[in-house]
Amino acid sequence: MIETAPARRSLWQRQRWLTLRRSSQLAILGLFLIGPWFDIWWAKGNLAASLWFDTIPLTDPMIVVQSFVALGEVTATALVGAVLVAGFYVMVGGRVFCSWVCPVNIITDAAHWTRQRLRIPPGWRPHPALRMWLLAMCVATSAWTGTIVWELVNPVTLVQRGIVFGLGFGWIIIASIFLFDVVVSRRGWCGHLCPVGAFYGILGVASPVRIAAVAREACSDCGDCFEVCPEPQVITPALRGVDQSTRVIVARDCTNCGRCIDVCPDEVFRFAWRYGAEPTVATPERTNKPS
Amino acid sequence: MSNGNKLPRSSEHSAERRRFIAGTAQAAGSVSLVGLLLASYGEQARTHPVAALRPPGAIDEQDFLGACVRCGLCVRDCPFDTLRLARFGESMATGTPYFIARDVPCEMCTDIPCAAACPTDALSKSLTDIGDADMGVAVVTGTDTCYSITGVAHCTACYFACPIKNEAITMEMKQENGKVFFVPTVHREHCTGCGKCEKDCILPEAAIKVLPRDLVSHDSGAHID
Repeated sequence: MIETAPARRSLWQRQRWLTLRRSSQLAILGLFLIGPWFDIWWAKGNLAASLWFDTIPLTDPMIVVQSFVALGEVTATALVGAVLVAGFYVMVGGRVFCSWVCPVNIITDAAHWTRQRLRIPPGWRPHPALRMWLLAMCVATSAWTGTIVWELVNPVTLVQRGIVFGLGFGWIIIASIFLFDVVVSRRGWCGHLCPVGAFYGILGVASPVRIAAVAREACSDCGDCFEVCPEPQVITPALRGVDQSTRVIVARDCTNCGRCIDVCPDEVFRFAWRYGAEPTVATPERTNKPS
Repeated sequence: MSNGNKLPRSSEHSAERRRFIAGTAQAAGSVSLVGLLLASYGEQARTHPVAALRPPGAIDEQDFLGACVRCGLCVRDCPFDTLRLARFGESMATGTPYFIARDVPCEMCTDIPCAAACPTDALSKSLTDIGDADMGVAVVTGTDTCYSITGVAHCTACYFACPIKNEAITMEMKQENGKVFFVPTVHREHCTGCGKCEKDCILPEAAIKVLPRDLVSHDSGAHID
């Protein structure tokens, strides 16, 4: 029995993190919808700012930063909300927002699936620092104009607010991002441009919850993880590293989506704690791999 | 090119540096372009249709777009479903709250729940008496259609709709060619711009409308920069 064990991974093993992630995205959207739909007001508001159980304020920290530089002041409520949100993502990984919460992720994942089906070449590859520049621009322009400038066009809040409060022509934004990711640039929006993602990336720069290539010696070089990863550049140092180099994926661009854990046939990856002892595989029973 | 006698390695180096600088300059340039476009779009978004009124306590429009985070908590706490958030495609900043008086006017709750719900003071909590609200000011625009002014009938719909009765709107008697008219007259210093008069006007196109105060007059106090 033990000899044939690695051959087949169950459907659940192959789709676990994706399923959990989609459930999380839909559940968070659902919590905002049960108010207007069923009059159950656990959450009021939207991803920009919300009030939970009529008590706990949550505020998007990037919006608070823009508002602060625009007006030079910020209310205690907004600040408390932003600290709560920022604190959470500092711990679990900044871009967990992107892969576990943001509704745009569903759109861009669908675009990626479509582009792969149609075998469309990668297309435009923006400068790796472009999203950081865009983030800097958002802050600078907010300070200059006195408005929360990114909220004029932010697809993240626009889509979510649209679903909760009424979409209007917001479907144009959804369609535009989908088309952009399909025909213009592979993983273009979430992976290269979105300044909200860049902001959350900075928040999670030191976050302890990370994915690690704990069993990198078992890697059979199939490339599935690189294929599925929305930010493939983050995998290389952890997976291809040798000897003492860390197995933890430390790059801030990693969204902790866990898709690599799902797809890897060699079960190389796992969620891990970044600090302290180097995470290694608990029971390295694998014997069928060449190296 | 003039450094032809340099070692290949260092010329490779400088080519790489040139590429890096060019790439960075390109990124910075395109981002600046996006910034300029956003700034001009933001400038446009400051103006919105005159019929769209901000909720009570809304700070000056110049600062409003810097304070309002478009969360919709004011919308949720409005007991009369007066407020709505601008949808994408409407000609005002997407996600900001407004109401159309002719559809649903502000009922002027004494506890101002919309402003109380605002997490950022875009709807200022310094507004404590709803009677001091300044959402706009009613103006009798239909001087040629209003039944009372034209003498078709003695209508008092706006007068009775007004929650600040006998102060914000009065019916002023006027005699002309031996006929007596009662002319609805707005006293701007008392009008909050709630829009109940506009809502109740019996004409197909309201003869009294709430307009932004700075459009109507600059000398009536509260709204001067």
